[in-house]
Order: sequence, then structure tokens, then C-alpha cells
Amino acid sequence: MTFPENLLAIRTISDDHILSFLNQSFQFKAKGADPAVGSILKGKTVLQFFTENSTRTKMSFEAAVRKLGGSSIGFAQQQSSLAKGETLKDTVQTIFQYGVDAVVVRNHSSGSPELFHKWLGVPIINAGDGQHEHPTQALLDAMTLIEHFTVHDKQRGKAPDPKILKGKLIYILGDVLHSRVARSNIHLLARLGADVVIGGPPTLLPKDLSLFPKITTEFQPDRVLRDVDAVMMLRVQYERQGAGYFPSKEEYRHFWGLTKDRIGLLKPEAAILHPGPINRGLEIDPEAAECPQSLILKQVENGVWMRMSVLAGILGSGGGKK
Amino acid sequence: MKTLIHGGHLIDPSSKIDEAKDIVIESGRINAVDKPGAFAGTKIENKIDAKGKWIVPGLIDLHVHLREPGFEHKETVATGTHAAIVGGFTSVACMANTNPVNDSAAVTEMIISRARAANQARVFPIGAVTQGLKGEMLADIGFMAEAGICALSDDGMPVMNSALMRKAMEYATAFDLPIISHAEDIALSGGTAMNEGPVSALVGFKGNPAASEEIMVAREIALARLTGAKLHIAHLSTKQGLKQVERAKADGVAITCEVTPHHLILNEMALLHSHASNRADHKMAPPLRSEGDQQALLEALNTGLIDMVASDHAPHSCVDKETEFEMVANGILGLQTTLPLLLGLVAAGKFSRSRMIELLSANPAKFLKRSDLGTLKVGSTADLTLIDPTLEWTLTKDQVVSISTNSPFLDGFQGRRFKGKVFATMVAGVVK
Repeated sequence: MTFPENLLAIRTISDDHILSFLNQSFQFKAKGADPAVGSILKGKTVLQFFTENSTRTKMSFEAAVRKLGGSSIGFAQQQSSLAKGETLKDTVQTIFQYGVDAVVVRNHSSGSPELFHKWLGVPIINAGDGQHEHPTQALLDAMTLIEHFTVHDKQRGKAPDPKILKGKLIYILGDVLHSRVARSNIHLLARLGADVVIGGPPTLLPKDLSLFPKITTEFQPDRVLRDVDAVMMLRVQYERQGAGYFPSKEEYRHFWGLTKDRIGLLKPEAAILHPGPINRGLEIDPEAAECPQSLILKQVENGVWMRMSVLAGILGSGGGKK
Repeated sequence: MKTLIHGGHLIDPSSKIDEAKDIVIESGRINAVDKPGAFAGTKIENKIDAKGKWIVPGLIDLHVHLREPGFEHKETVATGTHAAIVGGFTSVACMANTNPVNDSAAVTEMIISRARAANQARVFPIGAVTQGLKGEMLADIGFMAEAGICALSDDGMPVMNSALMRKAMEYATAFDLPIISHAEDIALSGGTAMNEGPVSALVGFKGNPAASEEIMVAREIALARLTGAKLHIAHLSTKQGLKQVERAKADGVAITCEVTPHHLILNEMALLHSHASNRADHKMAPPLRSEGDQQALLEALNTGLIDMVASDHAPHSCVDKETEFEMVANGILGLQTTLPLLLGLVAAGKFSRSRMIELLSANPAKFLKRSDLGTLKVGSTADLTLIDPTLEWTLTKDQVVSISTNSPFLDGFQGRRFKGKVFATMVAGVVK
């Protein structure tokens, strides 16, 4: 297995690196608590640089570092000098002096992890940059889908294989325009051979898709939900509500929500994903979020395994070549 | 005292000359132009050997930010006009977005006096349309006209209120001042960081749609038609904006337009391919547009639709550039790179060298109503630029004479060296 020096975006890493991250995550999960795994990051310090709110990404990165035997330094924007007007560059370079081996970064600005890499020169892991990418989320989503299809395609008992995504129809529904989760997933799923369709109100979909892998657009969920192998719901961000992208929450739910009626359209083995946090009763009804087809909590669980795989790949003895 | 420039090749579109000529200058004016060696018997005190050089009218840049007063850490009148001279420009028009804004005769007079003290390129201040560029009340248009402004513009802070813009245009006609429009509908383009297109979709930035420019160009044309004002569209960047200008010209509206070298040379794909270290130097307003827009601008260079090339020289300090992309200040340096970049387009066969000179001299001089500039006819002011067309070079950071160094064209452009460099720049008969 080979690993990249950084994880800035799915778009810019190789297919081999994607497969390495996936396969290693399955290995870690299969082994469970393994002392060898528990010392991969021994003596290493990871800076968790989060300047946007996050529950699951931040906590799962911290849990992953701990399970690998490393330590984390946290950063809280509200209590920092960023809030006093210090520039991002000065803040990052200051914290860097405390001695860190890698930086996990979540920032409001698309492309900022690349700036961090330029400023610091240590491995950078993108934990979500603006509306650009959220690569570990896409990797954990793929991991979850591969596990799901391994069970349902009568491959039960066999080792999970990313090839199982070939030809699967996956519908990404919601605010694709502003979604870093959607961008990373489009690249990843399409590169693993899935047929990706995006949908949602036209005001919330990117127009020119010519630089993306081949994907199609279908505004109306009811036209595709019968055929999909998985539907990936996107969160309607609070700031989009009442900002003129759609007339009302009621109308959004009616036309684009995964309502309790719409789950009836799905094939019995079709999976429901959502990166969280969910808006119950807006993009997804409680009945959909909690039905047996929902993999939402699986995604959270796999988040730790995948982030362990990413950290170990980049910082462990097999990776992190500078 | 007479100065003879001999052995050079004269290119003067205003008199349709493109051949070897010697020139005599006396008292800051062109005294005589004749065939090589014709002045052998004339008593000459000062001789300049221009063998192998082009002699062209002093270049004029109608769109420059000199940053003084208020932003002297980015540029001053002295350093900006020095950069102009080094880049071959003998005249520049400077935008009003200083601090305080050039919305009063006092600021206009200050800029003019700083330019006089610097004694480099000529400076033609552009006055604000509205007080403080706020788009609410008219600036002191008449007093600024008396003080010497050449045009009116709120540049990067477009006047969104159509009724106010109408009044500005009407009022300006009393002083024969053109209005320069940075044509952008802020409702569509506010908060954007790049062109709306495949790259903005891919990298996740709010995009500035070409329609933002098209809409405002159309509005300005409608208001110019209504008021009879002279209208100049700054840094046109879109195919549809060009089409609006084309139709207005056919309709007889008093309209001119400019393009920048960077919109001719780059398109939005540069933001995808540029390294993180200089991506910020590809951010400007209007943004780098699509390849189709770029091609349309290149074609329009030849048709007469585009009246001039202007650099939009916009110095910014590294503090303004080394930050999150949406917070990066808009604009790049232009005074030292415009000529070499355009020479590259001439070498690539995009337009003729005499057309290039016309766009950089005769046409902007006409805009300034200075019949003595932008020409090498006998009797005109001896502002001229000597160019070595074969010298290959790269612009290094050390050679930048501006205070700022924000340019995507440092250390070569797309792996190529520049070909053609300014040999000397002369203002009123004096080599600067």
C-alpha cells in the first residue's frame, strides 16, 4: 500500500492512494484493538486546527489519534487571537512552533489546506475546506457503502472490496452547490466506478460540471429513487434557509426531502446516507433517518476507522515521506 | 538644444508611418522627422543611437492605481510613475479609490503636485463620480474638472443606483468629462472570488457570472444614450459585454472601451493550474473569464471594437495577498508587464504591432483630448518610447520598481521569457 504526503482533496490524489486508505480502514476495523495499531503514532503530535464548528469530524479525528497512540493539540477559534484579528498565517505559524508533526485543518475558505501546506511544509489533512472538499467524509462514506453492498450482494463473509461500487447508482440529493461533502463524494464514487446522479433545487446545484468526472443531474427525486442503490442526503445549511434559494422549508421538504412517503419508493436494499448533522423534518424525516436502510450511525462509527487509516497512512512508518 | 534620435525604426499609427526614420527634438517638441541620415548636416548637440530599436509615441495607460494618498505602503505617485517610465509609459490616468477618495479638488491638486515633484510620467487624475465612492451623492465634479481631472469613475465600487448614474452622466456633459464604468452588477457579483464557470464549480467558490458585466454595460449604454454623455467601459472581460459595445457603437453612442493584458493572456483555467504560491496573483475584478471570452477579446483587438489596452495596475502588499482566497485583494501590477505581454501577442500573430501601438498611444491620447500626445507628427510633444524588440528577459522581483510585487508574470510567464524590452522613455524631450 502506498500513501500520499497530504490529503488535501480527493480530486488530487491517485486511485492507488484512495484504495490504500480504504483497504487499510477495513484492516483496522477487522483487527479492532490491536497493540501494533495502537503505537503507530507513538511520539507524534497532531494539531487539530478547526476554525469552524464540528462535532463528529473533530471528535473522530481526536479519537483516531488517541487510538493510534499519538497526541493532539486542539485549537478553539473563539478563545484565540484569530478572534482578535491575527491573520490566519500568523496564527498557524505560531501554533506550529509548539511542535507538531501534522495538521488536521477545518476552515471556511476553499483551498486553505493548500496554503497551510505552503506555510508549514508538514503533512496536512483536510477536514473540510469551505465549499471545496471534505475528503475523509467521502472516504468513510465509500467505506460504509462498500460494507453495505458486501452484505447485500450475497458477498457476506468475504472481505470488503471497493470494486463492488462499480455500476452502483448513487443519488446525491440537496445543496450540492455549497457542499464539500458532495464534491469529494462525486470525485470518489465516480472514480470507483459508481454512476453518480446529483439532484436538488436548481438554485443549489453547480451549473458547469465539465471539470468533474462524468455525472448527471436529475432535479426530481421521484424520477430516480426507485432505481438507486443508495441515496446520499445533504444538509440544508442554516444560512441557506430564507436566503432566496428556495421559497420555504415546507416547499423544500415537499419536493426534495427524503420524506417517510419517499422511502417507500426505494428498493429494500437501497441505503440511506447523511453526513450529519441532520435537519429532521427538512431534508430528511425522522422515519427515514431511523429506518433499517439508514446507515447514518454506521457512517459515524466508520469515521474513526477511516481517520485512523488516513493518519496512519500519512504519518505512520509507511507514509509521511517528506 | 537639439536632440537627434537616429538609426531607429519609427512606428507612428497616427501618421501611418512604419519605417526607418530619424527624428529631431527641440524644446520638448518633435522638430523634424525625415529619412535616415537626412540630418547629417544639421547642428545637433545631443545624439541618441536607436539602431535596432523601435521609436513609438510615448505609451499611455488610462487605468492605473497609484494608491496615494492613503495606501503608500502599496504604491506612491513617485514609485508608480517610475514604474510607468520603466514600462514605457509617458502618461497614466489614476483611479480615485485613494484615502481620502479623489472626490474633491484638494485631492486632485495634491496628486497633480506629487506627480510634478516626482517628475516621471505625466499623471491625469480621474475623479470619483460619488462622494467617498459610496454611490449616494455626487462628488465635486465641477471643482475637480477645474483642478484637472480627465474623467470620472467610481471604478471598483460601481454606482448601482441608475437614477444617480443618470444624473452624474448628465452633469458631466457640462464639463465634457467621460464616465469610466467598471461594469459589474454587485447584486450578482458581490462576495464572489472568481468567474462563475467550471473552475468555480469544481473548487467551490461563489462565481461572478458574465451576466454581471453584460447587464451593467447594457445599463451604462442606455444611460449614455439618454444623457448624451461620453462613456468608457473599463477592462471589458466578456464576449457578451463586447457585443453590447459593438451594437452601441453601430448605433452612434459615444462609447469607447479598454481591455487589460491579463484578460487577453489568461483565462479562468489559470486558477486551477496555478500553484498555491501565486494563485492569489490571479485574482482580480473583473475575474479571469472563460476561454471563449478570452478568444472574443483577442479577436476584437483587430476589428477596432476595442479602443485601448489599459493595465489596471493594482499594487497590493503581501498582507493583502497571503490570506484566504476570498479575502485576497483584487488586482495585479501592470505597468512593467503590459508592453512585453502585448509584444508576445504580436509575435503570436494575434494583432499587428502598429495596432498595438495605436491601442497604447493614439487612442488613449484621443480620450484625453490631447492631440499633441500619442503621435510623433512634427510639432507634437516629444513623449516617446524606444523599444528593443529582440531583447529577451524576465522580470524578477528585484527589477520591480513598484512598492508591491503582486504579479503572476514574475520570473517568466508559462515558462517563457519576455521578448522585447523598453530601451528608453522620453517625456517632453527628456530621457527619464
